[in-house]
Amino acid sequence: MREVYLYIIVMALVIYAIRAVPLVLIRGEIKNPFLHSFLHYVPYVTLAALTFPSILTAADTLPGSVAGFVTATVMSLRNRSLLMVAAGACLAAYLTELIVSMVF
Amino acid sequence: MILPMEKTASEFKEGLRDGIPICLGYAAVCFAFGISASEAGLYPIETAIMSILSLTSTGQFAALPLITGSATLFEMAAMQLIINLRYLLMSCALTQRIRPETPVPQRLGIAYGVTDEIFALSVSRKYPLNPAYTYGLTVISALGWSLGGFFGTFAGDILPSNLTSCLGLAIYGMFLKIILSDARENNTVAAIIVITMVISLIFTYAPVLRSISPGFRVIIITIAISAAASLIAPYKEEEGAGA
Repeated sequence: MREVYLYIIVMALVIYAIRAVPLVLIRGEIKNPFLHSFLHYVPYVTLAALTFPSILTAADTLPGSVAGFVTATVMSLRNRSLLMVAAGACLAAYLTELIVSMVF
Repeated sequence: MILPMEKTASEFKEGLRDGIPICLGYAAVCFAFGISASEAGLYPIETAIMSILSLTSTGQFAALPLITGSATLFEMAAMQLIINLRYLLMSCALTQRIRPETPVPQRLGIAYGVTDEIFALSVSRKYPLNPAYTYGLTVISALGWSLGGFFGTFAGDILPSNLTSCLGLAIYGMFLKIILSDARENNTVAAIIVITMVISLIFTYAPVLRSISPGFRVIIITIAISAAASLIAPYKEEEGAGA
């Protein structure tokens, strides 16, 4: 067996443990108001921190990334569907880069 | 009346459908990972197995230099623990979205799919989250992820790079949709999002702060802002209007 598989097994075990331990240990609703509120807010903060500013370097150029960011923000605020927002962001970035590369 | 089995099947199908953008985004990202993996000497089948077992982009990218540098298994374990610690917070949050009586095998099943994207879509469901929905998301996403890795390792650079990177925006677009749709109706959530983005920007570029790894950055910001928001504007269930 290649040594690579040892690394792969260790990786898989550690990562799965991180994901599984809270789900198995925390049964039932958390009654403590602070913790309850804390866990309610976690997704918003995590996703916002993952998105920004990373989204500004997601496409190959800044104009493309900004176009994707603005498009996704506007479409989300206008309550477009998930698929539309995802597709809109990609398309806006791609078209902007295409236009910028043709103009300059 | 809807039978439980039918409900489960329809939730699973919905998960599969909502997972399509994740699948495409994952395939593109893991395709890029596969290219790096082949440079690190991995075979396509090894990339595919690693991808399907660990389902994490940062963790896998970080593993490559450790493998080529013949690091110890302990180093690998420690590195993966630090990089992926945010999944611990996500799993904690998920425990409040599923029914308390959800059995352990279901909990172990959900755990496999705790990634940024699958978590994001799972928490966007109305309470209680049906595990079948998360399974649907997980199946199609893991498929895109491992196939992307497999072909990426084979292929080297076939797709033009600007196309693959534009596909990367799909994931961020989804994140924005999920958090902003709640921000429209809730000022606290809106404020939390704006403050988080400003602080995240500062952490990414300010001297000293920027030396914090991205994984830790997300963890620190998540704990600090969620705690601060819970102290300042604690979230309360809207049980009984006006209460």
